[in-house]
Amino acid sequence: MVVAALGVTLISFVISHAVPADPIVSNLGQVASQRPEIVKAFREKWGLDKPLYIQYLTFVGNLARGELGTSINTRRAVTKDLALFLPATIELATAAVLFALILGLPLGVFAAIRRDGPVDHLARMVSLIGVSIPIFWLATVSLVLFYATLHWTVGPARLGPQIERPEVVTGFFTIDSLLEGDFGTFRDAVSHLILPGLVLASSIMGLITRVTRSSMLEVLSQDYTRTARAKGLRETGVVARHALRNALIPTVTVLGLAYGGLLSGAVMTETIFAWPGLGRYAFNAVITNDFPAIMGVTFVIGIMYVVVNLVVDLLYGWLDPRIHYA
Amino acid sequence: MPTSTTTLSATVAAEPARVSAPESEWRRVWSRLARNPMAVGGAMVVLVWVLIAAAAPWIAPDDPIDQDVMNRLAPPSAQHWLGLDEMGRDVLSRLLYGGRVSLPVAAVVVILASIFGTLYGALAGFLGGWTDEVAMRIVDMVLSFPALILAMAIAAALGPSIQNSMLAMLLVWWPPYARLARGQVLALKECDFVPAARSLGLPDRRILLRHILPNSVAPSLVLMAMDFGNAIIITAALSFLGLGAVPPTPEWGAMVAEGRELMQQWWISTFPGVAILMVAIGCNFIGDGLRDAMDPRLRLR
Repeated sequence: MVVAALGVTLISFVISHAVPADPIVSNLGQVASQRPEIVKAFREKWGLDKPLYIQYLTFVGNLARGELGTSINTRRAVTKDLALFLPATIELATAAVLFALILGLPLGVFAAIRRDGPVDHLARMVSLIGVSIPIFWLATVSLVLFYATLHWTVGPARLGPQIERPEVVTGFFTIDSLLEGDFGTFRDAVSHLILPGLVLASSIMGLITRVTRSSMLEVLSQDYTRTARAKGLRETGVVARHALRNALIPTVTVLGLAYGGLLSGAVMTETIFAWPGLGRYAFNAVITNDFPAIMGVTFVIGIMYVVVNLVVDLLYGWLDPRIHYA
Repeated sequence: MPTSTTTLSATVAAEPARVSAPESEWRRVWSRLARNPMAVGGAMVVLVWVLIAAAAPWIAPDDPIDQDVMNRLAPPSAQHWLGLDEMGRDVLSRLLYGGRVSLPVAAVVVILASIFGTLYGALAGFLGGWTDEVAMRIVDMVLSFPALILAMAIAAALGPSIQNSMLAMLLVWWPPYARLARGQVLALKECDFVPAARSLGLPDRRILLRHILPNSVAPSLVLMAMDFGNAIIITAALSFLGLGAVPPTPEWGAMVAEGRELMQQWWISTFPGVAILMVAIGCNFIGDGLRDAMDPRLRLR
């Protein structure tokens, strides 16, 4: 875990410094960067006058004390920024994963049960369209259609304009509002999650359908499935009790990988839905070359990957009791 | 005369590998692909868009950057089938021209990235040892960083232009090909034909380029087909974020962005997205069919 985290810091440092941009011009502007005394003060302030390895050691040293430096953009501690933006992204990504599971899992199961039937073809189309759809377009068009034209859903942002933000405990508006016992705010937060959640889910739903279908097909051809059928169990019992649980392991693996991807890949969805999350923060950091923020974001994403993989490993043990971790 | 013996034995050794086995295999793949309705349909869709892009100056009803300010934001009509945008430009003409940006950019990115990545990975796998170690750690490093954010960082640093977004995409696009090629080469290296070729005195370079590589390209081809659609989407995404095509260039992603704030004028951002979607689905159909056609387990069907 520690080794992985150190690896992540090195990678994020190298990448944020290898990008061929000059943080001076992008942060001071054209006029100020012509004046040597301002440039010199800027370099000293942000430690850019020191050699690279010193900059890296400073970064790691700060990290050991739980600090990630100060963002040049927001003038706040990067840890504070992340505490603000990360929960929004986790909330959105979790909603997306739930939607993708609710829609994709049954589709994959039914596609496998009736192989080459109409549901199977539907599943194939859905997963191919899912990977082919440009998410920024889907987000734009679904806002136009479902919000502006049909008025079926609420608009962008995490809460409606008149709703007061719940007091920050976890940073997840759904959980915080429940903690306050404020069901109105809770309902508003959930309704704001639906459209962006579905849009983000579109990218991974096809993947889940596809993986579930193929592992289900594999499991259904196993001997124990035949045994279960032979002893006269109803088909639903065979599928739900005997096959599904065994078929879930590859789905969980893919889901773990996809979840990590969603955390970073939410840039487009967050931009269009005015969602104050990590993706937008990363985008702003990247276009202004705010390197402390870039390193902070990369570091957090890397850690999230490690954590998600750990959770996936633990889920294996729960799904298949034969898997033990010593 | 060592040189002449090498050339002689090389032709002898290369003959069976090149002429008999792979050619008939490719023909079989091709015929299976041609019988797959989804792959054929996908190929036709992509082909149609390529032809449209090529013929855009002749078939477009209007100039793509000509502004008709008096009628700006006009909805689709008999005169302007897909309406006019905020600047009063004909959306249909811009749509037809849009492929002239996205399609070549995606093609260049996928082709160059696959060539570089394949050579890089094949070399790493062939040489083995610490060269392989170091080479693959570099690949892991690039892959561990979210590709879109890295491409955004590079494109933003270089400044918005088509060339720069292409360069940014290239830099994040090659690692999967390297990994794929390395895996293939590692497996093929153990095949009998490699020591056979070596015992004939062929130089390593020739064994790698003429004997191992041709046998290892199949999975990369599937990836390329699917990647082409993906590259179209990312090209458009970078332009959408303002990091690619500069106005007034007609580019599909930039067109979607232009219509983003105009909720009532749905035609501005809807149609370019449909174009991206069609090409991407077409590519994925081809890739899917190609994978089925190359799958040895399905051979008997």
